[in-house]
Amino acid sequence: MYNFDYHRPNSVDDAVRARGGSEDATFLAGGMTLLPTMKQRLASPSDIVDLSAIQDMTGVCEDDGRLAIGAMTTHASVASDPLVNQKIPALAKLAGGIGDPQVRNRGTLGGSIANADPSADYPAAVLGLGATVKTNKREISGDDFFVDMFETALEEGELILSVNFPVPDKAAYAKFPNPASRYAMVGVFVAQVGGETRVAVTGAAPSAFRVSEMEAALSNSFSADALRGINIPADGMNSDLHGSAEYRAHLVNVMARRAVESLS
Amino acid sequence: MPDTGIGASVKRKEDYRFLTGKGHYTDDINKAGQVYACFLRSPVAHAKVTSINAEEARKADGVVAVFTGQDMADDGVGSLPCGWVVTDRHGDPHKAPPHYPLVRDKVRYVGDQVAMVIAESLSQAREAADMIEVDYEELDPVIDMKSAENAELIHEEAPGNLCFDWELGDKSAVDEAFSKADRVAQLDLVNNRLIPNAMEPRAAIGEYDSGTDSYTVYSTSQNPHLLRLILCAFVLNLPETKVRVVAPDVGGGFGSKIFAYAEETACTWAARKVGRPVKWTAERAESFLTDAHGRDHITHVELALDAGGKFLGLKVDTKANLGAYLSSFSTCVPTYLYATLLAGQYTTPAIHCNVKGMFTNTAPVDAYRGAGRPEATYVVERIVEVAARELDMDPAELRRKNFIQPDQFPYQTPVALNYDTGDYEPTLDKALQMIDYTSFSQRRAESERNGKLRGIGFSAYIEACGLAPSAVVGSLGAGVGLWESAQVRFNATGTVSVFTGSHSHGQGHETTFSQLVADKLGIPYENVEIVHGDTGQIPMGMGTYGSRSLAVGGSAISKACDKVIEKGRKIAAHLMEASPEDVEFKDGHFTVSGTDKSKAMAEIAFTAYVPHNYPEGVEPGLDETAFYDPLNFTYPAGVHIAEVEIDPDTGMTEIKDWVAVDDFGRILNPMIVEGQVHGGIAQGVGQALYENCVYDSDSGQLITGSYMDYCMPRADNFPTFRVGMTTSECTHNPLGVKGCGEAGAIAAPAALMNAITDALDQEIDMPASPEKVWRIAQAKIKQAAE
Repeated sequence: MYNFDYHRPNSVDDAVRARGGSEDATFLAGGMTLLPTMKQRLASPSDIVDLSAIQDMTGVCEDDGRLAIGAMTTHASVASDPLVNQKIPALAKLAGGIGDPQVRNRGTLGGSIANADPSADYPAAVLGLGATVKTNKREISGDDFFVDMFETALEEGELILSVNFPVPDKAAYAKFPNPASRYAMVGVFVAQVGGETRVAVTGAAPSAFRVSEMEAALSNSFSADALRGINIPADGMNSDLHGSAEYRAHLVNVMARRAVESLS
Repeated sequence: MPDTGIGASVKRKEDYRFLTGKGHYTDDINKAGQVYACFLRSPVAHAKVTSINAEEARKADGVVAVFTGQDMADDGVGSLPCGWVVTDRHGDPHKAPPHYPLVRDKVRYVGDQVAMVIAESLSQAREAADMIEVDYEELDPVIDMKSAENAELIHEEAPGNLCFDWELGDKSAVDEAFSKADRVAQLDLVNNRLIPNAMEPRAAIGEYDSGTDSYTVYSTSQNPHLLRLILCAFVLNLPETKVRVVAPDVGGGFGSKIFAYAEETACTWAARKVGRPVKWTAERAESFLTDAHGRDHITHVELALDAGGKFLGLKVDTKANLGAYLSSFSTCVPTYLYATLLAGQYTTPAIHCNVKGMFTNTAPVDAYRGAGRPEATYVVERIVEVAARELDMDPAELRRKNFIQPDQFPYQTPVALNYDTGDYEPTLDKALQMIDYTSFSQRRAESERNGKLRGIGFSAYIEACGLAPSAVVGSLGAGVGLWESAQVRFNATGTVSVFTGSHSHGQGHETTFSQLVADKLGIPYENVEIVHGDTGQIPMGMGTYGSRSLAVGGSAISKACDKVIEKGRKIAAHLMEASPEDVEFKDGHFTVSGTDKSKAMAEIAFTAYVPHNYPEGVEPGLDETAFYDPLNFTYPAGVHIAEVEIDPDTGMTEIKDWVAVDDFGRILNPMIVEGQVHGGIAQGVGQALYENCVYDSDSGQLITGSYMDYCMPRADNFPTFRVGMTTSECTHNPLGVKGCGEAGAIAAPAALMNAITDALDQEIDMPASPEKVWRIAQAKIKQAAE
């Protein structure tokens, strides 16, 4: 690890100022990706702006039929939060299945979606529930947030404050973990929310995406059988040692069906 | 039965310190004035090193020294030796190119040591290493064994990148058997390459005392004396009196810490150069790159049978990957520890095996839990299963038909080994009963109803452990003897210190050996202390590998205890005014038959150290040393049965049940034995389903260089293992024990792969990853639909 200057501001304004004031500065949320990268000396930020002292970035509250979850809320907190378990149990289950206990106790919602790892779990929920990402500058629709592999709609220095999840009529998440890392090789979030049926996929492609054909089929008939035969093209899917593009494309259908089956 | 004696499941006494974070590992040791080493490693797989410019690094903050291969050459540092000379089929010794701790002319795998940077802090050493400029003239990397013979030359000394072309067995007898065969089963298989992944990474501290011109080396070693021998006699040319090697608590080895590596050698040498203790601890990425890897065979096997299913002959052709350099025992693993086991539990009368050992631009390959025997068992048990399917015979019954029968022991196999004892049918029967074999078809039908494929697989393994009679291994090329030492020292107040040449790095020796000594000497278990891992304290010993510690190390302890008892008998006879011949020893007491005279062992020990009333001609003290050289290998054997269910939609294999019935001979601590079986199975399952070391075939980069890509088995991958025992005691060691440390890893891969191939009705190589299994399952479904 290289040397860096460390900041631990108490407010969003101070955090943004600290981040803007230094060359190659970066925000530190849970650090579950940043710290290993720094330890391997693959990243060498000049300044670390640790967000952990900012109190109003943590916690869950109900706001006009939606759940607002602070960006610095850990996966473990989301997984065990009574409100999340009552209103969106699929989201609690998703958070409870991220990494291992150590990761869940450190990793945060905001950190995960800002990093936009193609195999992270949360992007499936943000997209699958049609959530809204609230930053220090604006509100970004979940549908517009994930741009590409490790790339989001966030501007330089823009800070996620919270994510607002609409409460769905029903929702479920099924994932096929990478056998080695246990990240999602394919994770599918299925939801009926606000009169809409949404199917969002993470892990399979460079960025989380929705599957309109499956959404249409499920709108017609919300059943696993309705998804049979809907094949996702393998073109553009991720491919690695653990799963070819073709295998991942196949698993999208399997996991989508399993998510729907879990609701019946 | 006493609750701490032989046969009792005593909880491990070492666990208190391990579980409370009070273990004392190499990295926990810090020496006054120590400096830190960082190795600059080759980023390319194969290249000539045309220049190394370390000027800037030498000037960097905190840097104490930068060393290259040239510095070591100037100092007369030698090559890391390979300790076993294999004679090839033409009568020539294997090709033994040098392996210098820091490269001198070429780099030969990604991770090869190019330079050593020593600095006041680790981060200063790392940063300085980045400043070293190395010019590489890249050469085509040789990664694939199949094409290695015609590829770029890795070592001038080894044309065709061939280390040896070796054979064992009677080829003409095998050819004749095949000519008479009614049936020949054949199979091509891969024994996948593994990375050991001990929990504790390798580490070393080299320390030099200029006052006495002597060295102390702290190292994560499974055999500190062997490391000392290699350092002194081969690499650094030092007298053994001037080097002490300490292997403190060691967190797992699985074979990978047997060998002498570049790093501890360099730290020892550099300690004198810089005049300060030099410390190095591997990062996990370095462990992946540079710990000696395991397995990595490609094999073609053919089994000849008569119409009734009797095995007539076995023919095996193997290419074994040795990596870029010969690690300490790399040559014996795919030869004498492999081909000698190809008889398995069967009476196959003719066996021939040819092994070509290949150099490639990959990390050195050497012993890994089982070392050759898992590869042999995998070949035998896979081909037996193929034969059963082709003959449409029950795989259990085909095995039974070919078992060596109890009245055939001692049994001379056609591949050199002489099995002293065994009883295979009761073991198979017990395993069949435990798994409820007769109702398997119902379970399979139930799985089918749920859209799943169920399979059952057997592995009737045998292994040779308790390495090994020194004269035998010497005649086969070993550079060392494989005896073991023990010193049993009574202290004046009745406690006992046992100094053993075995080394525990997870096996629980402190508990098992204490049970043995307490039982032998009739003293409280708590009064026994086991000391190991320090050449400054214990007699020359050979260390722990090959499931040898109890069979060889334990036998040495037993012999030393016998000597203690014999001396004690003389002292007791004097005190009781009897003749030594009339004194009996039992349950910790010397008695005179026909009288009520009795002396406790502790009293005798006290008398030995306070000899006021003492027999004439007997030396004071009660401290005896014994060496034990085994008469034969020991032959643990057993049957594992795995039952799996495959989800054809995802290709996921779930292990539904696992039965292991093993014959380890006499058992001292059943709980520790069962733990060893569990751990072995876990590693075997890891190999069969998850673990796979992959190098990029073009660049030679290690693709599976972290846990993101190298898949380790986890607790939730396993069912509850059901372990049973049968017993036929070893006939030639004083304890009747055989060894249990590797059996699980030897048995498990074949059992699991046979279950998977049974479910899929198609052969498949390890690891049976979900995608591979899914493709076969999908093809079957498609085929069935057509």
